[in-house]
Formats: sequence, structure tokens, C-alpha cells
Amino acid sequence: MVVNYKNLESTASNIRHGILKSVHAAGSGHPGGSLSAVEILTVLYFYKMNIDPQNPQKPDRDRFVLSKGHGAPVLYSTLAERGYFEKEKLVTLRKIGSMLQGHPDMKRVPGVEMSTGSLAQGFSASIGMALAGKLDKSSRRIYTLLGDGELQEGLIWEAAMSGAHYKLDNLTAVLDFNGLQIDGPNEKVMNINPVNEKWKSFGWHVIEIDGHSFKQIIQAFDEAETVKNRPTIIIAKTIKGKGVSYMENNPDWHGKAPDNEQAKEALLELGGEANV
Amino acid sequence: MSDKMATRQAYGEALIELGKEREDIIVLDADLSKSTMTVGFSKEFSDRFFNMGIAEQNLMGTAAGLAASGKTVFASSFAMFAAGRAFEIVRNAVCYPSLNVKICATHAGVTVGEDGASHQAIEDIALMRALPNMIIINPSDPVSAKKAIFKAAEYKGPVYVRLGRVKVPFIYKDDLEFEIGKGICLKEGNQAAVIATGIMVHEAVKAAEILEAENIRIRVIDMHTIKPVDEKIIIKAAKETGAVITAEEHNIMGGLGSAVAEVVVKHHPVKMKMIGIQDTFGESGKPDELMKKYNITSEDIVKAVKEIIK
Repeated sequence: MVVNYKNLESTASNIRHGILKSVHAAGSGHPGGSLSAVEILTVLYFYKMNIDPQNPQKPDRDRFVLSKGHGAPVLYSTLAERGYFEKEKLVTLRKIGSMLQGHPDMKRVPGVEMSTGSLAQGFSASIGMALAGKLDKSSRRIYTLLGDGELQEGLIWEAAMSGAHYKLDNLTAVLDFNGLQIDGPNEKVMNINPVNEKWKSFGWHVIEIDGHSFKQIIQAFDEAETVKNRPTIIIAKTIKGKGVSYMENNPDWHGKAPDNEQAKEALLELGGEANV
Repeated sequence: MSDKMATRQAYGEALIELGKEREDIIVLDADLSKSTMTVGFSKEFSDRFFNMGIAEQNLMGTAAGLAASGKTVFASSFAMFAAGRAFEIVRNAVCYPSLNVKICATHAGVTVGEDGASHQAIEDIALMRALPNMIIINPSDPVSAKKAIFKAAEYKGPVYVRLGRVKVPFIYKDDLEFEIGKGICLKEGNQAAVIATGIMVHEAVKAAEILEAENIRIRVIDMHTIKPVDEKIIIKAAKETGAVITAEEHNIMGGLGSAVAEVVVKHHPVKMKMIGIQDTFGESGKPDELMKKYNITSEDIVKAVKEIIK
């Protein structure tokens, strides 16, 4: 398939706008770890996955699980951009009565495949989804996005073990490796390195990429499809807060919303209108 | 038919029948299949059985993922680990999205016996009761256990079925009509009502027989479903007997006693007594020794009835 990188770039830019606008309107939320995953979700939803926004429950569709559920803004913005629901809804994020809960709720949002928010549970559920795919002899693939801090949860490693044990080659995990968590850099809070060797020793196929390079992301997903008898993890080096200069690599922007001035500045930086 | 059988044994048999009838039935276990009795299913339907190893959190998360993909999933371990260790996964990955997972937890209560307090779940009902969307069934005998499993499989959504290790007497015949949420009145009587669940139902029936010899007639209700609890049968019992005693192999806090008390207080307050574990951990010993030590026998029920009707 010929890749239109220009389209992917403008789509990613729109998704970033949606993240900024929704988190600003909510007055709280997680912009840093949403912005770091934009290119990954753009490739999945606009290039890779077999999905139909008009028929979110289409049988044998590919599944995406946002295991790092606090990244809800990037998922919502991507789903809206892809046409699962109106973009106008994004500003209802975290507001009473909204379908856009602080963390994704599969019962409320079309396109959300698993309710997540408590770390590692989405990854564990994606093991079950991959097993179901095998049972159904389906060609569907399961994708799941992990945070780096999330690797500190014991359940991640229970699930990793089972993914290799059951040879789930229909499962591709992506690690959004931005290096930062709430209390600071991973190495300071609780070192997760060596990440690559850990996953290899758990029996996973490991690919390391720049998580903001469309070319590398696409190549990695394509490679994962060719791997047999074991699951793949794509370790995507990313920048927390990517695209907004004052948020980049700053753990303070893990879980806080920009004020009016900051939101304007961010939207201007991203290009396009800055009406907040 | 032997005169006794463990409810977990009935569960294992029910699973095999279900497996034959329905392709969508998947069973998961966490290295305890020979104890939880999922082993029979694992042999007969090896492609639909997954051993998740000693990893109860991932057992529940994986069950949730399978259920989200349209499967009806039975996930088994000991009650201590299914409800205790995996609690938060059960809450967030199973109950919150209301997924079709049947948690069939065996070895509940102090009658686990010699393994001791670390393995004796006396708080699992309390934990599961506090979860929205969760149904809780605690069958009293092998027949009702088997029917409970079939009903759980029919029902769409999360169910917790509490099963025991020890062999228990048969209370019912195969023609039993079992409905989730509908208590069963086993004995009529108006001097007091004993509402029991699980292995305590048999103790309550024994107590009623002892009391009958002394001309005291009590009502005995098998409250197999603890959530949603059968309010109608409780209110009727409170109104007609004026004295309610609950009996469970569980901490008196948060279990059947609490569930019944919530209804009684709201609709028709009467005197109540609660037979159960009195907020203490168990210990190693034989099941019958432990039941005596923790005052959950038919004799304790007899005593409570006599006190309450004084």
C-alpha cells in the first residue's frame, strides 16, 4: 500500500488539536502521555487496522486496547477524527453526563474495545482477545498500547508470560516509552530497564523504533504481522508532551490541563486556529 | 448416587455438560484445575481450556478479554485468590464493563480445613457484594450447585459462584426449580426464620428437626443467591415470624447477615441474630472441628433460636 505521509501528518496534527482542546475544556486530564502516542494511534486507525467507524461492532475487526487508560484524550481524539463520533463531543471530556469519561468506558464510547484506567488490566484483557481470535480462527489482530510506568505493575509480566506461552502472534503491543511517569523519570521512580532484554527473555519479538516516525511505526507493524508463534512488542521511543514545546519532556504535564493562555500558545504552535 | 458430594464436584460435572451444549463456553484456571474440578472440562475440551498458571490477576483480565470477544468464560481458583488477590481486576475489568465472566470460586470458608487461615476465605461474599453488576450465588448442595452453574451460564454478565471443598449432603432432588434471586423455603414455621446459605442450609434443616422435637417450629430458607437477595421472602419471613436468624460460613460482616439485615431494617424491623464467623481469622483443623470452634453448627442455630424466641 502506498503511504500518504502528508495525510498522516495532518491527521496527527488534528488529533493533537483535539487532545489540547478536550483537556483544556475539561480542566484536568493527561496531555503528556496522550501527545506522545499520537503518531502510533494515527498509524493504527488511519493505516493499519481493519475497522469500520460506521459499524463499530463489525465482526472480525481488529481491536485496539489503550492499556495506559489515562491516555484517554488521544484515543477519543483519534476516534473522533476517524468518524466514530462528532468532534464537538471532545470538549465534554470528564464532564458530568459525558460519554467521554476520565478513563475509557467501553459501554459508553463507540470504538472503545475495553474499559481501562487501572494499569495493566487492558494488556491482560488483550491476551484474552488474542486467545479469542485464535479460537475463532480469525485473521483479526489485537493491538495494545502500554505506558512505560505501567511496566512496573506485576500484572504486566503475568500477561507477558501468558502471551508467549500461548504463542499469540496475533497480538502486537506498543510501548509508549517516553521515560517519564508522575513522580519523575522511570529510572528515579523504579527502574524498568533493560526493557528490550526483559521482553526478549519473556519470549516476545522485540522491535525498537522512533515512536514519532511514521515510516518506522508502519514498518514495525508490518514486521509484527510476519512474526509467527510469538507476540511482538514495539518499543517506541517517544517524547512526552510531543508537539507542545513547554510540555515536552516535562513530567509536570503528565496529569494537568493548560490554562487559557497556555492552551492558545499550544494550539498556535501546532498550527491552525487557536480559538479556545 | 452417593449420599454426599462437594459442590465443586457438581461444578466440574456441569461444566462438561455445558461444554457439550455450547461452543462459546471457555474455562480458565490458575494451576488448581484438579482442586477446582475444571480438570474434567480441560480433558474433554482441551482447545477451550486455558491454564493461566499461578497468576490470578491475569486469569481475570484474560477472562475479561475473552468475554469482550463474545465468549462465556468460567474462571476458577480458590475463593481467597479469585475474590481476594484478583479483586481489583474483577472490579475494573469484569464488573465495571459488566462482562460475561463467571467466577467460580472453590474452597470457600473455614471448611477448607487443614490449610488454615491463609486459605480460608471468610470475606469473599463481602468483597463481591460491594461490586455493582455482580451476582452472587452460594449453593447449598450438589443439585443446586449444578443448576446454579447452568443459570449462571444463561445469564449475561458477571456472576460469582461460591463453592466448597468438603462433601455435603444432598438437600434437593433433580426436579429442583432454581432461579437466580429466588430463595427457597425448605421448612414452614412461624416462631422464627432461619435464613441460611451454602453449607449452613443443611445445618439449619438439622436445627429445625431438633427444634421440632421440642415443638418449636421454625422456617428455614435457603438463600442461595446473596445478590440480588430475595427481598420478598425476607420481608414475608420477618412479618410472619418476628425473629430472623441468618447463618453463613463467612464473616458476619458484609455477608448474608448484612444483606438480610439491610432488607429487614428497611421494610420490617424485627429482632435478628447472625450465625457466622465472628470477625476473626480461622485456623488449621478438620472442617467439623472448625465449625464447632467457630460456632457455626446446627447446635448454634438451635441455641440462637431459643434465645431469640424467649
